[in-house]
Amino acid sequence: MSLNTRRVIWAYAFLLIPLAFFLFIRFAPTLFSFDVSLRAFNPLAEVKPYVGLENFAKVFKDIGDPTHPTRKAFENTFKYVLIGTPIQLVLALGIALLLNSITRFRTIFRVIYFIPFVTSAVAVAWVWRALYMPDFGFLNLVLGLFGLPSQRFLLDINQSLPSVTAVVVWQGLGFAIIIFLAGLQAIPETFYEAARVDGASRWDIFRHITVPLLNPTIVYLAVLQTIAFLRMFTEVINLTRQGDGGPLNSTTTVVLRVYREGFGSQNMGYAAALTVVLFFVIMLITLVQMKFLQRRFEY
Amino acid sequence: MKFRKIGLMALASLFVASACGGAPAAPTAAPAAKATDAPKPAATAAPAAGDVVTIEYWQYNFQARIDAMNELIKQFEAQNPGIKVVHNSEIPYDNFLDKIAASAPAGVGPDVATMFNGWVPSWVNAGYLVPLPEKDFPPADIEKNFTSMVQGTKFQGKYWALPTAVRSLALFWNKDMFKAAGLDPEKPPATLDEFVDYAKKLTKTEGGKITQEGFAVEMNGQAHQWFREILTRQFGQIPFSADNKTLNYGSATACNAWKWLTKFETDYKTGSNDLFDGATTAFTNGKLALHIDGSFRLGALAKAKDLNFGVATLPTKDGINANFGSFWTHGITKKGAADPKRLEAAVKFLKFITSPAAGTLWVKTTGELPAQLTAAADPTLQSDPKLGAFAKAMGYSYATFFVDETKQRKNLIDAFDAVRLQNAEPCAALADAVKKDQALYDEFWAKNK
Repeated sequence: MSLNTRRVIWAYAFLLIPLAFFLFIRFAPTLFSFDVSLRAFNPLAEVKPYVGLENFAKVFKDIGDPTHPTRKAFENTFKYVLIGTPIQLVLALGIALLLNSITRFRTIFRVIYFIPFVTSAVAVAWVWRALYMPDFGFLNLVLGLFGLPSQRFLLDINQSLPSVTAVVVWQGLGFAIIIFLAGLQAIPETFYEAARVDGASRWDIFRHITVPLLNPTIVYLAVLQTIAFLRMFTEVINLTRQGDGGPLNSTTTVVLRVYREGFGSQNMGYAAALTVVLFFVIMLITLVQMKFLQRRFEY
Repeated sequence: MKFRKIGLMALASLFVASACGGAPAAPTAAPAAKATDAPKPAATAAPAAGDVVTIEYWQYNFQARIDAMNELIKQFEAQNPGIKVVHNSEIPYDNFLDKIAASAPAGVGPDVATMFNGWVPSWVNAGYLVPLPEKDFPPADIEKNFTSMVQGTKFQGKYWALPTAVRSLALFWNKDMFKAAGLDPEKPPATLDEFVDYAKKLTKTEGGKITQEGFAVEMNGQAHQWFREILTRQFGQIPFSADNKTLNYGSATACNAWKWLTKFETDYKTGSNDLFDGATTAFTNGKLALHIDGSFRLGALAKAKDLNFGVATLPTKDGINANFGSFWTHGITKKGAADPKRLEAAVKFLKFITSPAAGTLWVKTTGELPAQLTAAADPTLQSDPKLGAFAKAMGYSYATFFVDETKQRKNLIDAFDAVRLQNAEPCAALADAVKKDQALYDEFWAKNK
């Protein structure tokens, strides 16, 4: 065996570990949930008979019912994506541009923005829950200082979803900023110099150099953040009273519904069917995003 | 070519890896095997003592109950040297059902298990429990000796489980606030009318904001039980049909009770569960005067040293008393019934832990009330300033036949939120919630004919 062959064998040997991880920790449970979604799955029962697409029929019937929590969960999940992802990307890009242009305290700023991302989402949610409290919460105290009326935030049907979104955006901001910074620093300085020599304005430079060259980063982040919003769970279960996605299902998400149906009501089949539906929704959205956002670039 | 070879090797080693991956499954099964193997060495070591039967008992992790059960097991084993009880109480509440579910197909797990009373139908439905043998637990004796709540777990005409102790609801009131409002601190409201009157008098506002609550409806706490099982009866509506198939708590009569309850927030404005992080927290921190809660709250309130509170029986209406009970109840599993010797041991154990004496021991450790009426009627318990109010309700307490407690609670929470947040018409909101509940029952009974 040549040295090269041996090296390759070793490389594969090491790759087996992550491969095994993906097969047993990721793929196997996914396939298992596909199987569960086709059964009347009472966890305590010995026999868990196949019921065809009955669970899916129920899921789609519930999606068709405008007052059903499952329908609300899908509506809310899409709202989270549509509100959260653009705001997060724009804010992160703006802050990354600012951080990219300063030289003093740059590291400190980066650390400050990144800290929320490495903090436990549960801890973050409970702190925000206190900040949002009506009457005596910090945010309402601040509003009071400016003579503004106090708000109910998480307890109000119309404010609850934006309030939850704000927490998620705030927490994920640091990660997006770091990725944008890496993308910005990968753009060769010579491009900017050439543009400035040609007399391009700052806006022209941003529009015609920065944004196009950042495209792979933007696509990457858009896909990643969209998936994160589609799978939202931790923040909602910790921010809402008794984790029920209230008031009146105004903050509930698909994954929270999966959890409630599966582990609260022991409707494992229904919960698994919901998971499978979400799986295909995520796949579809991701493929569409990759197709339309991705643009080939030649230097 | 070379690559294909390597690929094959990789695949082969993957199988080896997966075989190794499968191996750790063995140790997890081992403890259970150990439990059933245990009698063998004992039998050879002391043949005179006969076979020692080992049974496994499971409950979820709650320290006071673990202490009480450990004491009961010690006494039981002393009386029955031929039986050893393995007590598994390591499972947190949130994982309890999952662990039971994971153990069942593996043929391991408990011989006697403790479940919430509302779970009995679904456990029976899954074929997990066996009916209590009628010769050991005659239904007539159960109905004579145990609190009326136990009848709520009768399913398919049989008893499947029995409790050691039960919980009921009572009125908690803050004596200091009564004094400050010029009310007699030793005289809590006795009727629903007085209750409304007191709640108004005990509410304080400052600049439009409530600073002290008279009463706040905690729908996610005990208020939904109070409404569903108690207020409905007091307003003249039996909430369930005798066969538990038809729900009547959405009727016009029941809605009078519902309106009575919603008015605290919509009309009288005596408080809200949105304030002070919930009514229970508000009461614990001396921000709320009247509170409806269970005996299980006493432990937490005992830690609030500055709180000067009393506990009384729930207010009545037109002389009608009613109360809601819930409890953890013990059943024998299919695994426990599979072997006649283990079944015999399980029956003995179940009889022991549901005896009046066990209930008396239990109340001292956990604050839950003995399920056997003779033990609940004990004069020292009845006159206890805190527990007495709960004990007095044993004779007129009802345990709800829940099909899905979480969803049924949520439906009433949503109905209440619709009234207070969206100005929905109370009776329409209630009817909508009960319609959703009824759909759950229809689905349940379609599966359990």
